[in-house]
Amino acid sequence: MNELMQYIQSYLGSDRTPGGAGNIFWATVYILLVFGGLSVAVIAMNWLERKILAHMQVRLGPMRVGPHGLLQPIADAIKLLLKEDIIPAEADKVIFWIAPFIVVLAAFTVFVVVPFGPTHAITDMNIGILFMLGVSSLSVLGIVTAGWASNSHYPLIGALRSSAQMVSYEVAMGLAVVSAIMMTSLGSLATGLYGAGNVDSQVSGTLSMIGIVQAQQAQGVWFVFKFFPLGLIAFGMFAIAMVAETNRAPFDLPEAESELTAGFHTEYSGFRWSLFFLAEYSAMIAVSSIAVTLWLGGWLRPFPSVHGPSIAIPHIWPPADPSAPTGALDFVLALCPGISFLLLGAMCFYNVQRMPKHPLFKVQTLGLAGFGAVLALIGLILFVPPVRDRVGDIFWFSAKVTGFMYLYIWYRGTFPRYRFDQLMKVGWKILLPTGLALLILTALFGMRADISTQFLGGLGQ
Amino acid sequence: MTDPNTLSPLDLETPDKTFLDANELVINMGPQHPATHGVLRVILRLDGEKVLGLECVIGYLHRGVEKIAENRTYTMFNPYVDRMDYVAAVSNGLGYCETVEKLLNVEAPPRAQYIRVILTELNRMASHQLWLGTHALDIGAITPLFYTFRDREEILKIFEKYCGARLTTHAFRIGGLQYEAYDGFEKEVKNFVNFVKPKIDEYEELLTTNRIWLERTKGVGVISGKDCIALGVTGPVLRASGVKWDIRKALPYANYKNFDFDIPVGQNGDTYDRYIVRMAEFRQSLRIIEQAVEGIPAGPVMAKVPKVMKPPVGEVYHSIEAPKGELGYFIVSDGSTQPYRVRVRPPSFVNLQALDVMCRGQLVADVIAVIGTLDIVLGEVDR
Repeated sequence: MNELMQYIQSYLGSDRTPGGAGNIFWATVYILLVFGGLSVAVIAMNWLERKILAHMQVRLGPMRVGPHGLLQPIADAIKLLLKEDIIPAEADKVIFWIAPFIVVLAAFTVFVVVPFGPTHAITDMNIGILFMLGVSSLSVLGIVTAGWASNSHYPLIGALRSSAQMVSYEVAMGLAVVSAIMMTSLGSLATGLYGAGNVDSQVSGTLSMIGIVQAQQAQGVWFVFKFFPLGLIAFGMFAIAMVAETNRAPFDLPEAESELTAGFHTEYSGFRWSLFFLAEYSAMIAVSSIAVTLWLGGWLRPFPSVHGPSIAIPHIWPPADPSAPTGALDFVLALCPGISFLLLGAMCFYNVQRMPKHPLFKVQTLGLAGFGAVLALIGLILFVPPVRDRVGDIFWFSAKVTGFMYLYIWYRGTFPRYRFDQLMKVGWKILLPTGLALLILTALFGMRADISTQFLGGLGQ
Repeated sequence: MTDPNTLSPLDLETPDKTFLDANELVINMGPQHPATHGVLRVILRLDGEKVLGLECVIGYLHRGVEKIAENRTYTMFNPYVDRMDYVAAVSNGLGYCETVEKLLNVEAPPRAQYIRVILTELNRMASHQLWLGTHALDIGAITPLFYTFRDREEILKIFEKYCGARLTTHAFRIGGLQYEAYDGFEKEVKNFVNFVKPKIDEYEELLTTNRIWLERTKGVGVISGKDCIALGVTGPVLRASGVKWDIRKALPYANYKNFDFDIPVGQNGDTYDRYIVRMAEFRQSLRIIEQAVEGIPAGPVMAKVPKVMKPPVGEVYHSIEAPKGELGYFIVSDGSTQPYRVRVRPPSFVNLQALDVMCRGQLVADVIAVIGTLDIVLGEVDR
C-alpha cells in the first residue's frame, strides 16, 4: 500500500508528462481527464455553435431546455441514445457497425500527444506531430467504410467525396506542418540556441509537440510571426486545410445537406450517428490544437518573454515554482483565467436579472443563478496562487483553441459551399504549389539567417 | 450548349445492382429531398459526379385544380388559384380576375387597379425573397435565408392587415377588390419601401461579390435565349439569357403602362445572371410601388359586375408577368355560370422543362443550384 502511494506521489515532483515519466496511474488519470474534458468541450461547442450561429442569423437558437437552452445538448444526447438504432437490411452489418468506432477512435486517440502545458499531456512522443497527422487521417477509413457499408447511393457519393477531399488536403496540411517543423531549428543561431530545450532537439529540429512549443519559447517568437510573412502563410494554409480536413463549411461537401441529404452518415441514426457527430467535433478541436501548438505558441501566454517591472506580491501560499518570474505582466496575465470565469459568472447573473419575472421561469432563473455561482466560484478558486500557477498554460491553450472554434462557426454562418471540383482545384492547384514554394523559401530564409550569424556574426550587429 | 432538340432520352433501365462496377450511376433525388423545393423527383444519370442526363417526375402535388374549375362558378373558383403558386398567390389572383374581367368585358376602377399593382409587386418581392433565401441555402449559405424571411414577414403583415390572410390571400375579386384599403395603408407601404431598401443591399453584400458564390453560380446552368424561347421558358430565366421580354411592358395589363420602370436583362444566361436579374427586379418593384403609392386615386374599388356571372359564349387567353414568368389563363365559357374549361399556363411547369438542358454536363452540386435558380413551386407545376 505504501509503495503504491509512493508510486503515485513520485510523479508529482517530476517535470515530465505522465507518459514520459512512465507512471501508469497518472497517465490513466490524464486520459480520463482529457476524455472527460473533451466530451464537455463537444457539448459546450454544440451549444455555442447553435447560439452564435442563431445570433448571426437574427434568431435566438435554443431557449426552452434550461435557461437560454443550456441543457439542450444534454437533452439531444439523451434523445439520440434513446432512439431506435436502425441498420438497413441491405447494409453490410459488421462494417456498418464498426465504421463509427473507427472514426471516434481516430478522433480521440490524437489527444494522447496534445500538450496542454509543458507537463500537461498524456505523453510526449518524439514523433508527436506525425502521430497526430497519421492517426487523424485514419478517420477517412471510417468514413469510407460507413459510406460503403450503407449500400446506398447518397452515402457512397458522400464517402467518395470525403476520402478524396481528406486525402488531398492532407498533402497541403503536411507541407504547412513541415515548414513549421523546419522553424524549430532554422534561424535560431542568433538566439544562441540551436533547437529547443528538448533533449531530442539539441542538434536538429523536433517533431515533439512539447518540443515545438519549447522551441517557440526559446526563440522568443510564435512561429506564425517567424520569417514574416512565411510563418503567416503557412499558418493560413493550415487554417484553410484544417477546415477542409474536418469537413466543415465551406468545405462540408461530404455531408452537403442540400445535395446528399446527409452524406456518408445518411443511413445512420441514434447512437451511431451521435458517434459521428462526436468525432467531427473532436476532430475540429484536434486540428485546432495542432494549429495552436505549431504556430500560436501552444500553452504560452501572450508575450511570454516580457515580464514587466518586478513587483513584490505578498504570498499567502508559497509559489509553486520559486524560480518563476515575478514581473507585473506575469502577475496580471496569471489572473486572466480567474477573471474570465468571473466574467462568465457575471454574464449569467446579468441574464438572471433579465429573465422574465413569471412563476414558470422560476426554476430556470434559479438554475442560471446557480450556474453563474458555480462559474464565479471556479473563477475565485483560479485566483489561488498554487492553482493559478498550474492552470495558466491550460487556460491559454484552451483560449486559443476556442478562438479557432469561433472561426469555424463564423465560416459556417458566412460562406456558401464550394463545389467538388473547385475544392480539388483549391487543394491541388493553389495550396500545394504554395506549400512547396513555402518549404523552399523557409529553408532559404532559415539558412540565410543561420549562415549570416555563423560567419558574419558580429559584423551585422 | 446542348440543343434541346437533339437531347437523347434517358436510359433508366440499367440494372442497379452492379452500380459499384459500372461507371454510370442512376440515382433518385426526391420526392423527399431537402433541395428539390417540395416534392419534385429528379432521376439523375451520373458518371461519377457528372450529370449525363436527368428526368423530372412530377405530379406528387396534383390536386386537379383545372378540373375543379369546371364544377365551380367563376367567383367560387377564385380562391383555388391562390393554391397553385402559394408563394405568389396575389399574382395568381390578379391573372385569374383579369381573365374573367376580359371575358365579361368589364374593367376594374382605377383605384382598384393601383391597389392591385401595389399588392402584386409586394408579392413579387416576397416571392423573390423566398427564392433568394432557399437558393442561397441550397448553395450552402445558410444566413441569407433568415434575413430574407425576416423582411418577407413585413410584406405578409401588410397582406394580413389588408385581407386577413398571409399566404393564400384571395385579395382580389372579379371586377375589382372586395375591401377598401385599410387606414394608413399608403403610409405602411411607404414605410416598408424605406425599410427594405437597405435590406436588399444587405443581401447583396453577403452574396454578390462573394468569391465562393461567384464560383458556384458563374457559368452554371447556362441556357441561351434561343433555347429559352424554344422551350417556352419565361420570366427572369428568359431575361437573364438576354431576351428583353416582360409582359408588363410587352402586353401591358392592369395599369402597368402608367409606371416608369426598367426591365433588367442579363447576358450570359447563367445562374449568376439570373441572380443579378432578380436582385435588380427587387429594386424595380420598389420603384413601381413608390410611384403607385404616390399616384393612388380616390374612387370606388369595385366595378359593376352582375351577382350571377354568365359570361358570353367564347374563349379568352390572358397572361400576366408573375414573379416566375408568364402566368396565363385560358378560359372557355359556354354561357353558363361555370367555365367549360380552364387551362392554366404555369411558368414553373414550363420553366422546369429547361432543367435537363441546363444540367447536362454539369456536376451534381450544379443540379441543386439550377433547381434553385429556376425558382419552381411544385404547387404550380402539378396544380
